[in-house]
Amino acid sequence: MMARLHFDCRFRYPSGFELAAQFAADAGVTALFGPSGSGKTTILALIAGTLKPHSGVIRFGERTLVDVGASVLLPPERRRIGVVFQDHLLFPHLSVRHNLLFGHGRFGARPMDLARVAEVLEIGSLLDRRPDMLSGGQRQRVALGRALLTGPDLLLMDEPLTALDEALKDRVLTYLERAVAEWHVPSLFVSHNQDDLRRFAEQVIVVEAGRTVAAGPTDAMLAFAGSGRSEAKPGP
Amino acid sequence: MSAWLPTDAEWSAIRLSLLVSLTATAASLPLGIALGRLLARRSFPGKSLVETALSLPLVLPPVVTGYLLLVLFGRRGPLGACLESWFGLGIVFTWQGAALASAVMAFPLMVRSIRIAFAGVNPRLELAARTLGAGPMETFVRVSLPLARRGVIAGGVLGFARSLGEFGATVMIAGNMPGETQTIPLYIYSQANAPGGIEESVRLVVACIVIAAAALAVSEYLERSGRSSSEAQGA
Repeated sequence: MMARLHFDCRFRYPSGFELAAQFAADAGVTALFGPSGSGKTTILALIAGTLKPHSGVIRFGERTLVDVGASVLLPPERRRIGVVFQDHLLFPHLSVRHNLLFGHGRFGARPMDLARVAEVLEIGSLLDRRPDMLSGGQRQRVALGRALLTGPDLLLMDEPLTALDEALKDRVLTYLERAVAEWHVPSLFVSHNQDDLRRFAEQVIVVEAGRTVAAGPTDAMLAFAGSGRSEAKPGP
Repeated sequence: MSAWLPTDAEWSAIRLSLLVSLTATAASLPLGIALGRLLARRSFPGKSLVETALSLPLVLPPVVTGYLLLVLFGRRGPLGACLESWFGLGIVFTWQGAALASAVMAFPLMVRSIRIAFAGVNPRLELAARTLGAGPMETFVRVSLPLARRGVIAGGVLGFARSLGEFGATVMIAGNMPGETQTIPLYIYSQANAPGGIEESVRLVVACIVIAAAALAVSEYLERSGRSSSEAQGA
């Protein structure tokens, strides 16, 4: 049974844009859905610990990751959360193998094996290459494998399908589905594409202009978005 | 042919110069790395003051820097007295004094190169390492330092070359004693003031030019390749 993610945070950018979002996510794959600039990536960064909220609480299961009022602010390395960044952020001085092994088994939530991850994501033939020798889709899979190999409690993915053409997107989605099915890692991903949500997400949280405006099963949320509510104003 | 081989006195100056420069570089490099990274990554109160103090040896007459070192590290100076009573270490008129002067004079150049190198490291790669379970020190050792290594080595090479040529501050704190504190520049200076010494100095002058040019070429190459690698860090 997956632990529940509770998020209730405020964050203000120097530009004045303020995120004040609240939601809870249960099992499986959850999507943060909304237009560009609505604050979805900021929410991921706050959960991952790469941004500090001005106020609020983030809990995952029994663990408090952030409670600003109680001065609790776990650093990213102690959150046990895997992150797949939109720009991959593979280490350019390391081979694919050493990128994958960088955080291998550190979080220990589930045993992860390099050979199996490489097999599922079909990156076994890339292990000795450098990141600059990989295509966009290959980098995406290596970034996913690297995050999975830490054995995370929760996997965050920031627009994992952006910048991929349709054929490649379909293949990467297949890899994502395989990975989630194989390791049952609770996942939260950002997207502004309804087709991606329909195929991959079990529940959706709709974000508009820094606020979470609705949450629920994917079909219901897509209907909500289709009603015109998701045409939000630009954010930061 | 033998006219181009260094004399015993010249070998002694060369050996001492290498000892002084290597010691100065090795001792100041860790501090240079720490300060270079700090200045590249952090904003803190008094940062401009630190930057100004750091650049002072570049614009002050070296003799003034040497004078200040003499005041600080002289036997009755605040730091010199401590070093002598705690460790029995005298700085003035020793090769260690020459190394100190060289390190101080070379430090700004070294830090400048290292700072540029760390500023070129994509900070999001460091964040990625943190999300993979690496703490700040491990992130520094496994990600930041390897990515900045060319600039760090370039800074070390520049510092070494600058140390090798140091004269003004060295003569103030270490004097000019053959075999003890007489480095290549001091030897050349002494020779130039002796009858027929100008001609005799040619060997070491050429050696200095060659070493400095080689160090600059290596440093420039490493900085350039470091810049190219930081441009590729979006991978």
